[in-house]
Amino acid sequence: MNARDRILGKLKQSLAGTTPIADDYDDALLTAPWSYPAEHRVTRLCSLLQAVHGETVLTTAAEWPARVSEALASRGIDELLISPATAHGQQFAGYLALNGLVTRLKAYDRPVEQWKDELFFSTPASLTGTLGGIAATGSLVVWPTPAEPRLMSLVPPLHIALLKASEVVDNLYQIMQTQRWAERLPTNALLISGPSKTADIQQTLAYGAHGPKELIVMVLQDA
Amino acid sequence: MSAHADTPAIPISFKRRAHDAVHDAQLRKNFRGAMDFLMAKRAAQFPDGDELERLRAFGNRVRARALSKLPDLLQRLEANLTRNGVKVHWAETVDEANAIVHQIVAAHEAKQVIKGKSMVSEEMEMNHYLEGHGVDCLESDMGEFIVQLGNEKPSHIIMPAIHLNAGQVASLFHDKLEVDYTEDVDRLIQIGRETLRRKFFEADIGVSGVNFAIAETGSLLLVENEGNGRMSTTVPPVHIAVTGIEKVVENLRDVVPLLSLLTRSATGQPITTYVNVISGPRKADELDGPQEVHLVLLDNGRSQAFADSELRQTLNCIRCGACMNHCPVYTRIGGHAYGTVYPGPIGKIVTPHMLGLEATRDLPSASSLCGACGEVCPVKIPIPAILRRLREENVRPPAAEPHHMRGQGSKYSRRERYTWKAWRTLNTSPRLYRLFGLAATRLSGLIPADIGPWTEHRSAPKPAARTLHELARDHLGED
Amino acid sequence: MSSPHSSVATPQATRLAPPLAGARNYPAQKPAEVYLFGTCVLDLFFPEAGMDAIRLLEREGIRVHFPQGQSCCGQPAYTSGYTDEAREVARAQLALFSHDWPVVVPSGSCAGMFRHHYAELFHDEPATLRQVEALAARTYELAEFLLEVCRIQLDDRGSPIKVALHTSCSARREMGTHVHGRSLLSQLGQVERVDHDHESECCGFGGTFCVRMPDISGAMVRDKTAALAGAGADAVVSADCGCLLNINGAFEKQQQSLRGEHLASFLLRRTGGKSDGVQS
Ligand code: SF4
Repeated sequence: MNARDRILGKLKQSLAGTTPIADDYDDALLTAPWSYPAEHRVTRLCSLLQAVHGETVLTTAAEWPARVSEALASRGIDELLISPATAHGQQFAGYLALNGLVTRLKAYDRPVEQWKDELFFSTPASLTGTLGGIAATGSLVVWPTPAEPRLMSLVPPLHIALLKASEVVDNLYQIMQTQRWAERLPTNALLISGPSKTADIQQTLAYGAHGPKELIVMVLQDA
Repeated sequence: MSAHADTPAIPISFKRRAHDAVHDAQLRKNFRGAMDFLMAKRAAQFPDGDELERLRAFGNRVRARALSKLPDLLQRLEANLTRNGVKVHWAETVDEANAIVHQIVAAHEAKQVIKGKSMVSEEMEMNHYLEGHGVDCLESDMGEFIVQLGNEKPSHIIMPAIHLNAGQVASLFHDKLEVDYTEDVDRLIQIGRETLRRKFFEADIGVSGVNFAIAETGSLLLVENEGNGRMSTTVPPVHIAVTGIEKVVENLRDVVPLLSLLTRSATGQPITTYVNVISGPRKADELDGPQEVHLVLLDNGRSQAFADSELRQTLNCIRCGACMNHCPVYTRIGGHAYGTVYPGPIGKIVTPHMLGLEATRDLPSASSLCGACGEVCPVKIPIPAILRRLREENVRPPAAEPHHMRGQGSKYSRRERYTWKAWRTLNTSPRLYRLFGLAATRLSGLIPADIGPWTEHRSAPKPAARTLHELARDHLGED
Repeated sequence: MSSPHSSVATPQATRLAPPLAGARNYPAQKPAEVYLFGTCVLDLFFPEAGMDAIRLLEREGIRVHFPQGQSCCGQPAYTSGYTDEAREVARAQLALFSHDWPVVVPSGSCAGMFRHHYAELFHDEPATLRQVEALAARTYELAEFLLEVCRIQLDDRGSPIKVALHTSCSARREMGTHVHGRSLLSQLGQVERVDHDHESECCGFGGTFCVRMPDISGAMVRDKTAALAGAGADAVVSADCGCLLNINGAFEKQQQSLRGEHLASFLLRRTGGKSDGVQS
């Protein structure tokens, strides 16, 4: 017998003659205390994000590229990791072209192994989409894709995320159910609730531990 | 990094270390401050006591349900992870688990391992083991990194370096990393970040723990604030997750209450910065993520706890650390004095299954049974009741059947048993009891001023002139 | 554990936490007679507090019975892991309360032993278990009984005083006695209750813990006495004799003048009763 069979054998023996506890899942307990009037959801999400040093910008589907450009300019950043394969990537490129701006756009278009150094040490900012937001905890739902891989939201010191106001829901349970997560989880699914941080030295909060030092959420109010 | 010399795996002299810790003013101050901070943070997250109690009850039901079908869930987890492309390994002992990790490491000719935070890897002493095989293991969680740099072990399961203050970390960084001395925490963290950044992509293998393993979807869920966990599980070509067999939950939605309980109880956060759900290695069209993902499921005594329905409740634990944050004993002596990987109340009830009662015999006694731990435990483990039960196992005759635990009877003493039998005789015979009361009150002058441990910190108690039995009889008559 | 979802019959069934306890229902009428269970520590070290409890109850028009056969609730052996010895001592106490009068206990942790732990001791003796459950249902900690069953009205006759209240951990957590104690003190017009630092924290007594782990227990009682002394209180009261023994022993060793007093003695004295509550 191998370890697996021995372990399972012992566990089964310990449960001999018992019946499993029934699943009496109480969804009201996970939704009722975490429900908000529609007009308060975005406000709550923003204030929770701000409480953990996240920056939130209320903008629109047409104007966000200008806001992103300003955010980059104010930080002296002249390049952005963004996917040309996404609608928002194309919109931002279009905006730059139209306005004759020189921000260099970088695509995550090859396996990480081929450009690790550049990604880690010469990519100051990234922009990704999100699958929605959670008002209860101030979280963004991010499912990396081939166009926007996992490290895009992690390695660059500045991460900018686009969030449609209409996709901000009340709580985690709700979005799990409506988006049917259990049936279709990707290889990596993330909730992101602020920039990277740590309190490991004398309970003193410091931001930018290993992930982004800054998180800016562009909330598209009309989308 | 070299092996950790100062905290032996077998806690042979708990009392000695507790003695030293209690007299270490700096340590006492660091812990009191940190625990007060964490208790206040947690309290602020649960303003509604009713919601808290209902959620704890729910968390308890979710965990108990998982345990009530544990073997089935483990098999479902294995099947679904395998379908997702994750390789599942089983280990009964830490030696087996280390051997599995080593095999993977050897197959990839790996030289450098980067670790996210994992208490199970501490349980395995994986760093020490791999270093013995010429593989470098670097901790990347800031607290773990600090602790490893100082050649220490974590003193708390959530905040590993909680025993140190900023000045102590500053000295450590100055000595070991040869940077300018600074107590500026932002600067210290940036030094850590810069030191570790390159290590993430140089590493051949990333190791992590698991907070919840989800049977339904074949997923591993990890929570963290720093991003080092995501780095360790995403950047290196191989990811090895190690976890205990109890960490499985049935359905994805089961993590909703547990996640809320975990982060609010642990650090007083509504949620951690990252919740990282891993359901497989990099797919053909994906550009990052590990090429291989392994899960090592470790028993290490858990099946012994599982075998008894009272002790089984120990396995409800979601490792939030709230029990230690609220423990008056932990607050006084800190994590290292326990000499075990898991300190505090949870350590006292889980470690005897891992190391046997012989090696942990003092731990169940090191509690006033005040109940603070059980009151805050988010999954309602009756920690005081389990401590009491372990005391019972500790004093049962070593050969008595049924035999529930390795090391049963480690504190068995004939003399002590006779003392309690005499106590029983005294307290079951009204006549004897009253005679004893008479003797104690009339002869109270004979009680010495120094009666061992009690009088180190207190004056000897003086029996009253007459017992309540006598006073009551005078007042009420014989009843 | 009793729950509709676990298979109660199988001892090996995975346990659920007991259902959330609702608020305790109290009898509408004050009883004519009660038993007093004095507890072993009080019997030897604080007998006057037991007498003061009796006087308080008598003043409420209740006839008090003190079964002379009583000894100890069994807790010391129980918490030390000597379950069989604890069970036999518990069994001897069970025989004492043959009438269905309430059992009043002037010590929270012993009341908790009756209320919560006897059922565990006798879980596989169905007949005794029924007796134990009936006893648990009519067991009250003294402060709880005075407040909730007697609905006592205290008339403060003393001069202004600041009081710190220490509640034992098991009493606080199993019996909610801190609420009862506070509420009784708040009836006394001239008494100002002052909070002390880390009020809910254990004093370090813990039965045999204080002798098994003297360093840790000593550190705890030093912190507790410092907190009590630092609270600016003129008096310290508690309804738990183990804690009082510990705290007073430490005060004395530190040569401080402050002493803890049993709540029963304090209440009786403040309301004009004659207490022989000499502070032990
Ligand atoms: S025993 Fe409870 S409180 Fe302690 S770490 Fe585990 S879950 Fe948290």
